[in-house]
Amino acid sequence: MASQPSDPNKTTPKSQQLFSCDLALSEQEKELNQRLRSLYPAVNEQETPLPRSWSPKDKFSYIGLSQNNLRVHYKGHGKTPKDAASVRATHPIPAACGVYYFEVKIISKGRDGYMGIGLSAQGVNMNRLPGWDKHSYGYHGDDGHSFCSSGTGQPYGPTFTTGDVIGCCVNLINNTCFYTKNGHSLGIAFTDLPPNLYPTVGLQTPGEVVDANFGQHPFVFDIEDYMREWRTKIQAQIDRFPIGEREGEWQAMIQKMVASYLVHHSYCATAEAFAKSTDQAVHEELASIKNRQKIQKLVLSGRMGEAIETTQQLYPSLLERNPDLLFMLKVRQFIEMVNGTDSEVRCLGGRSPKSQDSYPGSPRLFNSPVHKASSSQTYQTSTYYIHKFFFLPAWVKKTLPEGYYKKRDKTTQVSITVSFVLKLIGTPVLTQLSTGPKKYRFLVPIPSHCTAQNNTEVEMEVDHFSNGVSESSSNGFLNGSSTHGIDLEELDSAQSKRQLCGGSQAAIERMIQFGRELQSMSENLRRERGKNSANKKMLKDAFSLLAYSDPWSSPVGYQLDSIQREPVCSTLNSAILETHNLPKQPPLALAVGQAAQCLSLMARTGSGSCAFASVDDYLH
Amino acid sequence: MMACLLEAPLRISVLSEVTATSRHYVDRLFDPDPQNVLQGVIDMKNAVIGNNRQKANLIVLGAVPRLLYLLQQSSSSLELRTECAVVLGSLAMGTENNIKSLVDCHIIPALLQGLLCSDLIFIEACLRCLRTVFISPVTPVQLLYTDPTVIPHLMSLLSRSQHTQEYITQIFAHCCKTPEHQTVLFNHGAIQNIAPLLISPSFKVRMQALKCFSVLAYENAQVSMTLVNVLVDGEQLSQVFVRMMQRDKPIEMQLTAAKCLTYMCRAGAIRTDDNCIVLKTLPCLVRMCSKERLLEERVEGAETLAYLMEPDIELQRIASVTDHLVSMLADYFKYPSSVSAITDIKRLDHDLKHAHELRQAAFKLYASLGSNDEDIRKKITETENMMDRIVSGLSESSIKVRLAAVRCLHSLSRSVQQLRTSFHDHAVWKPLMKLLQNAPDEVLVMASSTLCNLLLEFSPSKEPILESGVIELLCSLTQSDSPALRVNGIWALMNMAFQADQKVKVEIVRALGTEQLFRLLSDPDTNVLMKTLGLLRNLLSTRPHIDQVMSSHGKQIMQAVTLILEGEHSIEVKEQTLCILANIADGNTAKELIMTNDDMLQKIKYYMGHSNVKLQLAATFCISNLIWNEEDGSQERQDKLRDMGFVDILHKLTQASDPNLCDRAKTAMQQYLA
Repeated sequence: MASQPSDPNKTTPKSQQLFSCDLALSEQEKELNQRLRSLYPAVNEQETPLPRSWSPKDKFSYIGLSQNNLRVHYKGHGKTPKDAASVRATHPIPAACGVYYFEVKIISKGRDGYMGIGLSAQGVNMNRLPGWDKHSYGYHGDDGHSFCSSGTGQPYGPTFTTGDVIGCCVNLINNTCFYTKNGHSLGIAFTDLPPNLYPTVGLQTPGEVVDANFGQHPFVFDIEDYMREWRTKIQAQIDRFPIGEREGEWQAMIQKMVASYLVHHSYCATAEAFAKSTDQAVHEELASIKNRQKIQKLVLSGRMGEAIETTQQLYPSLLERNPDLLFMLKVRQFIEMVNGTDSEVRCLGGRSPKSQDSYPGSPRLFNSPVHKASSSQTYQTSTYYIHKFFFLPAWVKKTLPEGYYKKRDKTTQVSITVSFVLKLIGTPVLTQLSTGPKKYRFLVPIPSHCTAQNNTEVEMEVDHFSNGVSESSSNGFLNGSSTHGIDLEELDSAQSKRQLCGGSQAAIERMIQFGRELQSMSENLRRERGKNSANKKMLKDAFSLLAYSDPWSSPVGYQLDSIQREPVCSTLNSAILETHNLPKQPPLALAVGQAAQCLSLMARTGSGSCAFASVDDYLH
Repeated sequence: MMACLLEAPLRISVLSEVTATSRHYVDRLFDPDPQNVLQGVIDMKNAVIGNNRQKANLIVLGAVPRLLYLLQQSSSSLELRTECAVVLGSLAMGTENNIKSLVDCHIIPALLQGLLCSDLIFIEACLRCLRTVFISPVTPVQLLYTDPTVIPHLMSLLSRSQHTQEYITQIFAHCCKTPEHQTVLFNHGAIQNIAPLLISPSFKVRMQALKCFSVLAYENAQVSMTLVNVLVDGEQLSQVFVRMMQRDKPIEMQLTAAKCLTYMCRAGAIRTDDNCIVLKTLPCLVRMCSKERLLEERVEGAETLAYLMEPDIELQRIASVTDHLVSMLADYFKYPSSVSAITDIKRLDHDLKHAHELRQAAFKLYASLGSNDEDIRKKITETENMMDRIVSGLSESSIKVRLAAVRCLHSLSRSVQQLRTSFHDHAVWKPLMKLLQNAPDEVLVMASSTLCNLLLEFSPSKEPILESGVIELLCSLTQSDSPALRVNGIWALMNMAFQADQKVKVEIVRALGTEQLFRLLSDPDTNVLMKTLGLLRNLLSTRPHIDQVMSSHGKQIMQAVTLILEGEHSIEVKEQTLCILANIADGNTAKELIMTNDDMLQKIKYYMGHSNVKLQLAATFCISNLIWNEEDGSQERQDKLRDMGFVDILHKLTQASDPNLCDRAKTAMQQYLA
């Protein structure tokens, strides 16, 4: 299979020439992979591989293949149409391409130039030119006619011959096909195409030779431009999608989703403000939100021991009922001990406990927790609850002045997020007012204290936010947790002098002891609840850290990365919410997940428009 | 408008009420307290927004001169002046009548004067109003150019803000209508000043800047040549335009960028085989012709495409196979569609409004497509009902459509094949003849040019056209003031005389009159002269015809020939004249007109020794005819010519390096030997 990149190290080259030839080959493979990825990002090649060459198995005997199965030549008698022969590509065209394109260069027109370029379904007779049979479509060089599952052609385009490059484009959104000649579109040739067609060429007289380009080389026709047009069309369709008949219904739903999202991630102040301004009830006690917030903060800063303790305090039966969860937390605690960040080893006085506190794995922009407001109070932003939504799109980073994020408080981040989420769902409450991407106006009324200044306007522009949590806070909840007394500071970039358990001998001993406890806990668990391969692997991976003198740069070192705290954190958060009969996942995340699932379902059922509606495009 | 629906007495009272409130607004402009005046202007601003009736009332009540006065008074506060400009801008947003009133009150110089102020807000208000006034079709664009300091000042304001950029470029884009305007703007640095705006963050600014370039580059080589060398942020301007044609850009932007590149190409600044033309501009324009586009866009797209490829056969060939363009254009004739008539009055109205424009654009594009390539012409004539559409187009009420239809017909008439088949089958000559009876010059030029082709010898339409009394018509064309019409008239007569029978030739000579014939021989236009000589040559073919024509008009013809051979004329003209002489020498009795004219014989001798082979050949041909053996009196002529030294010359010419001339001389020499 052509998709396997050849590894020059594995071949034992007989000569330098052969070696360089292999290198060139792998270069070509690389280019091909790169081009296919950029052209068809929505295609899951595990499920639906893309055509990369002609199939040596799916061809008539009069067809010869060479040059990595890209060159096709005719080797029959070529006396009558009965001597026609075709070859199909290795794979059918995946619907998730949206728009698919390949080109064929005519190397030689041979005796009569009876060449056909097109598409056919699996199983169509190969002793024929494409287009002559049912589920077969072709454009023929000798007369320029198009053949749509019929022995008689229709006048379609110009003839083609030696030196011409013919392209075939399948639009899987409207199921049409057009050809190109030397980079010029010839117009629609076929409509109502069935799914799962294979690129196909057919030849009929001696001397005919053609080369295929499935993406190995740049195309002569500007297919990217055509794809751009369709991406815009699909996106416009999404933007214009009609929603809720009754006024306000849709908006109320959106507001609910946003509120639940804020609550889920424990943004107490924003959630409260948002709920108040949109007239909604919060379905969880604010105190409870605050508790979850506290626990999450501990997990994300690597202080697992405290996190477990706090959880046990606040939700006494939770971990008892979930031994697997507890086990997972403990394993994480073990890892944090190795890391030197867990509170138990830190108090043993290794090194500055702050050195690994911060959270460098995720976007830096959330990484400046200390914010000095103009008043004497120090507000802290709890921006640790990283969720995908909070990754600011690149353009925002570009367009906003440097240092902008450092000054932003959580409210700003949330508002930005919310506006994107609204955009995602295509609601009209959010209008893009100018062509520049900067100004997303937020037509949902936002309480004044969210915006720091007493902004009475109903519209807010993200680039007009002032910083800081409002001084005139009308409620008792400030974002952040100065009351918790958790002191978080910037990383001292101590990465270079990292040492096991922070370098303290006592800490190492504590860690070893903890490891033993963990081992016995694991054994107990297995006895009580049977084998659990996930737990087993988790423990094995964690213990493997000790096998290396420098665990951080070891193959299992990724576990020490603070980004690995995220799944732990979110699992714990979900478990807590479940005990309160609240959804494990916020409806918003659920909707995003459903949208993604929906798209992959579309890909499987042959709806090409899924190619241009990636959820990620909307999340940025 | 509501008032009109009411009963009469009531309507009057409502009207007077409206006038009364309007009057109140105007009165407040005269308040002695400046603060009250300001408040009055602000209230007026709020009252007129979106209210055309109120605007008209205020104008009638004389608000404009007062507002202009307040705007110009240096004693007025800046705030007041700005509000005045805003209200005036609002009044300009109304009907065309409003604009006329404003222009009549000299609003333009007042606002231009206002631009000299340093306050940006005030400048923007003035510019906004100026923009609205200038983009109206009722405003004479010349008003922008009366004061020579205005354009440079506007250029300097371009750097002030995105608003000034938007308004100024929009004014330029609308007010650049002639080559003189282009030159003025060019000389004041329009290109350098506007080019950076193409990458402005504001879409409106980008769009208006782009429009500026399209009007600046149109048929202007100087601008176009400058544009290709301009860099915007390190990128060539043509590449910036190419990016603006990307298929995800707004259609207006794609279309305008394609126009810019088209004009640059036609002005010779970009080659027609450049990728940005072949692979980008042309496909973009073809896309603009598709059914998915708005009717206006399809018209503009087709016209621009026609203009782009007019001179280039390769572009015509590519366009003819791109996206089924030829059949796509057939759709242009289907408006208003039967569906629109039934279902939707609004759409019917819209379709009707654009139907003429669509048809003429399609005809233009067909004309351009088929101007060189025979296969394309065939493809066009084979398009559904094409010939019928042209025939009915020729007699449409819209001049634009008639002209475009005849252009299309003309383009197709260059095909021998089509002349023989579809042209004859559809009797296109009939509407064409009708069109020729009474049409403006531009239509006449095209129609008569087409007629020339229809009168070609192999055209089956030639006979019926002759019978329809075309000769008189063509003769009258030769008397036109327009050189193009004279050429076409005489050209058609020339084609008609080719291998025609005696009756036709006599008729031509009679209808034209020798006086007119000789007037044409001294026509200042070389083309006219050439075709007249061609006509003479065709008249003087086959021996009996030669003798007959020469017996009646010999003297004048010989005079004319002498005159031309002695005059300052091109080689082609002299060659043609010598050919006429050779024809005369082929006559039985006509020969003597030359033989008895020693002066003429000396001239022939001179041309036999000329440095130009073509002239030598024609002169030798003439002598060869004179000494031809089998004819009466050949011996005497041979003797006379030998005495005059022609044999020596012929002898010399047998050694000529040109094989034709050498052969011709040898054949002539053989007459002596036999």
